[in-house]
Amino acid sequence: MASFSRVVLLGFFILSVLSIFSPPPASTQENPYFVAYDHYLEEPGNLEIEYFSTFGTQRNGNDFHAYWAEFEYGATAWWTTEFYLEGQTTFNDSTIFTGFRWENRFRPLKREHFINPVLYFEYENKNGADKILKEGEGHDVESDFLVSNAQARREHIHEIELKLILSSTFKGWNFTENTLAAKNLANAPWEFGYALGASRPLALKAAAHRCTLCPQNFIGGVEMYGGLGDRHSFGLHDTSHYLAPVLGWNLPSGWTLRISPGFGLNDNSHQFLLRWGVSREITGFGSMVSRLFGGRK
Amino acid sequence: MRAMAAALGICATFLAVSVVHAQSRNSDKPAAGAAPKYDPAVYAELQKAPEKARRRANPLQNDPDAVAAGAILFEQHCAECHGHSAEGSRKAPSLLAPEVQSATPGTLFWLVTNGVVRKKMPVWSKLPEPQRWQLVRYIQSLAGAAPAAENPAPKP
Repeated sequence: MASFSRVVLLGFFILSVLSIFSPPPASTQENPYFVAYDHYLEEPGNLEIEYFSTFGTQRNGNDFHAYWAEFEYGATAWWTTEFYLEGQTTFNDSTIFTGFRWENRFRPLKREHFINPVLYFEYENKNGADKILKEGEGHDVESDFLVSNAQARREHIHEIELKLILSSTFKGWNFTENTLAAKNLANAPWEFGYALGASRPLALKAAAHRCTLCPQNFIGGVEMYGGLGDRHSFGLHDTSHYLAPVLGWNLPSGWTLRISPGFGLNDNSHQFLLRWGVSREITGFGSMVSRLFGGRK
Repeated sequence: MRAMAAALGICATFLAVSVVHAQSRNSDKPAAGAAPKYDPAVYAELQKAPEKARRRANPLQNDPDAVAAGAILFEQHCAECHGHSAEGSRKAPSLLAPEVQSATPGTLFWLVTNGVVRKKMPVWSKLPEPQRWQLVRYIQSLAGAAPAAENPAPKP
């Protein structure tokens, strides 16, 4: 499986290198969050390819580096679908592939409102060694990660995850609140979690010339996320919580870079998480595929 | 082994798509002389703007940089569907049409902000408000820029 994850990562690396030589895509305006979601969906027909990393410290154990790739496609202006592949390296242990996810986000309202809801549905097929920390849920705590990869990967997890995303934009600021309910289909109780986020571009007006370092290309903010227990013991006890400043840089070439140092807020949390990511949007992907099969979409 | 083959397949697919994308990007532009898409139903969305939104004035109307900044924003976010000169394409209608050019700045701002979600135009409130006004200023600066504005193609 170690060779498998290397093959996957090599594939994404080649893909990224190749996309450098393709014509410049439309510049994007991506939010800087890693965990929280706002109400903006992918533009219809566009494909965004994203790579993210999470480095985490581990008390009484080995630090880890988890990574995932996302393929995010705008099926319509009200439906975005995403496919994830994920893996991790635990230092002094091993590198393994940990599974895949299929995520869907739906925008139920036609127009923009002060609070904009988005419905989220995700299916996860992963093993117990998953360490990407894409969400905080249930009673997940740092000590869960002490188990060796060989042992953790024996646990096979089929999980569905539902989220209600409530997001607002006010005077250039985005405020978002995500409530999460997840259920391992192997007869486990519903688990709950949350994510909060706030972000704003460093400048609201665009410059009258093309520039890479203009302040409007940078979006800064902060996100906070954690677990809320499960159906039998709802609350904050035995849960982990994180606070993380976030910074996104939308380059005119179509690339987006993100970085976020995260800090555990209690003894159940990893003390430090460093996340970073790179993404690129391919515009007109749907039309392109349609034309491949003779369509005129 | 099957998982590895699947992963390689996915990578190969996306590699192929990237290459095809590079080759076919220009083909999104309408052929010379081809009529831009004209969909009265889409333009009818402009009529749905609330009166309060219609009456809003563009705070950047007299900003000397607004048109230039709006042009860059248009190229980055709108040209893919509406065409590089706003002439329209198979994906989205011309913005040179009289319905658009005669609309008030507030109406265009409202439409950009809300999109036409059921008809594939995304919500653009992710752009800060001043940038949406810059876009409106640019779109309205195109008045009379192309014959398509005077002679929209007939309803298919």
